Amino acid sequence: MTTTEKIPTPESSEDFPEEHPLHQWLNLHRFIFCPGCLIGSAITSITSCFRERGLTAKEYAVVSGIGCTGRSSGCFKAPAFHTTHGRAIPFATGLKLANPDLEVVVLSGDGDLFAIGGNHFIHACRRNVEVTVLCINNNVYGMTGGQVAPTTQIGDFTATTPYGNIDPPFNLVSLAAAAGASYVARWPGYDTLRLRKSILKAFDNPGFSFIEVLAPCFTQYGRKNKLGDAVTMLEWLKKQVRVKTSCPPHEATFDFKQGIIICGEFVHAEREGFTQKIDRVIDIAQSKTKK
Amino acid sequence: MSSSKNGKLILTTGNYAVAEGAIAAGCRFFGGYPITPSSEIAHYMSRRLPQVGGKFIQMEDELASIVAVVGASYAGVKAMTATSGPGFSLMAETVGLGVMLEAPLVIVTIMRGGPSTGQPTKASQSDVMQVRFASHGDYEVIVLAPASVQEMYDFGIYAFNLAEKYRTPVIVASDGIVGQMMEPVRYHTDFEIINRKAPQVPPEEYQPFEVFDDDLVPGMATAGSEYNFYVTGLTHDITGSPDMTPETAITLVKRLCDKIRKARSDINKYIPWEEQHLDDAETIILSYGINSRSVPEAVERVRQKGHKVGLVRLRTLWPFPEELMEKLSQLGVKKIIVSEMNYGMVIREVQRFRHLGFEVTGILIPTTIPFSPTFIYEELLKEV
Repeated sequence: MTTTEKIPTPESSEDFPEEHPLHQWLNLHRFIFCPGCLIGSAITSITSCFRERGLTAKEYAVVSGIGCTGRSSGCFKAPAFHTTHGRAIPFATGLKLANPDLEVVVLSGDGDLFAIGGNHFIHACRRNVEVTVLCINNNVYGMTGGQVAPTTQIGDFTATTPYGNIDPPFNLVSLAAAAGASYVARWPGYDTLRLRKSILKAFDNPGFSFIEVLAPCFTQYGRKNKLGDAVTMLEWLKKQVRVKTSCPPHEATFDFKQGIIICGEFVHAEREGFTQKIDRVIDIAQSKTKK
Repeated sequence: MSSSKNGKLILTTGNYAVAEGAIAAGCRFFGGYPITPSSEIAHYMSRRLPQVGGKFIQMEDELASIVAVVGASYAGVKAMTATSGPGFSLMAETVGLGVMLEAPLVIVTIMRGGPSTGQPTKASQSDVMQVRFASHGDYEVIVLAPASVQEMYDFGIYAFNLAEKYRTPVIVASDGIVGQMMEPVRYHTDFEIINRKAPQVPPEEYQPFEVFDDDLVPGMATAGSEYNFYVTGLTHDITGSPDMTPETAITLVKRLCDKIRKARSDINKYIPWEEQHLDDAETIILSYGINSRSVPEAVERVRQKGHKVGLVRLRTLWPFPEELMEKLSQLGVKKIIVSEMNYGMVIREVQRFRHLGFEVTGILIPTTIPFSPTFIYEELLKEV
């Protein structure tokens, strides 16, 4: 495209070239992310999993909270819900309970899911609600201007830690496993092959599935910590990622200082999902009523 | 008491009755969190909902409870929660989300003394402004004020009908006494059930906030249907896409408010105020909820002394019945005495209508015990 060509106006996705292989599944005009951000990879990975499973609109729903990743739900051609800050998981819980046939995917950021929404996360893990939660972890609050997140590493600089962060971060894998999630994985956002396989396993898991997706934020985190542009940060991330099999979740190191981020599947232990348990309650209640 | 003769006549509490009314209206999802004096609604729902195939979930807090209710509503299920003032404070943000996403849902709040933790086991009417204005932003909401166990049952039904009809959160604002006291109640079935408007166009033409009717209510697609749609708490155009232009903000906010404002007369006809002695009354005592129960006796005693006093009891608090104010003005009422168990809330709304020619005074006590007939009688004697 030359600069003299008309730039497509974001009226409808029909204005965009149809070469995108997932064109039928995405609302590209709502794609607002920085060039090079891996949120896009996560969105297309989920979408390709919907396609692979042959799901139609009435069979799935996407829920997001607030922030950069919060805006991702608008990119899906699906029943998609952009909720309030931190509340994507309880919204998804309500959806799933009211219609257990839906494949419900929550896509949100680390600040949304683990600071303001942290309580909902651990309780959804505990209940084993059959939803798939993808956390796009960029270790910072991106959209609000680069403030410290519960995933920011000690010593790192953000808009609200100008002298270096003093709070230790959550290890999201360990947290999810400890709270009772029945599927837990961590992948770098660029590794879409493994990520897609993981999402399909999460769909198959009859319980709460959590996938942490590493997506460095060069706009906020990279700039404040002098980590370079988007490509440089991807190289930086790639050097640290070590994919391990059968690594226990409490050993899933995530440490920029050591330069080690253990990725892989950490928990895959099927147990009865929440909607199944609720159905049993209904059976008990109705059998008692009939007597 | 309902005039209806069908249905079982039983003795039960307001909290149980409102839950049974909700189930009668088709409620099949309850997400809640325990809080005195509303907890019996959750108790009842946890036992009763599974019997009718519904889902009960005790969430981790009130924030989660009401969000799960919005989610369930968008999966096409009639859904509600119940709480009291402190819990309603936590739900405030999501009342706004419900308004913005136009999600039909019902919140029952059983008012107790405040501020803060206040008096958990006591009654109050000090949250009648909270239920109206708790969330940020420009919005309108529907609030009903039951005064008896029968009205708890009836309003449980009406609240769902209004929520579904106007695609909006509807709040039943009761109190610790009406919630926990026992009275005879008839679980009648003399009511129509209103369900939300379905999408009016096929999936390929559907825009989630496109309005075709004068009522300004768009057809609602839900997850699990053939429809693709995107809804957001951000200011959005009819396609659901976020749009930060002033034009879109004005169009959206005006429509969200106007759909309730336009319906004000209809809502106040559907759940009308009660009135007595308006034919000759020069002074009116205006009350609502539990505190209205002792007014009729006081009014009769004052009338026996020859004073031309009447009463009105609000049953719809919001949208405020401006028609009532106009009617009182036309009837030549000279004074309105607002009686409420708070330090002056609904009186402010009544004072907005002083230009219609009446004086407004109040019996405003932030107490937890309803005013006795004798107390009101003595107060009325001072005023007439």
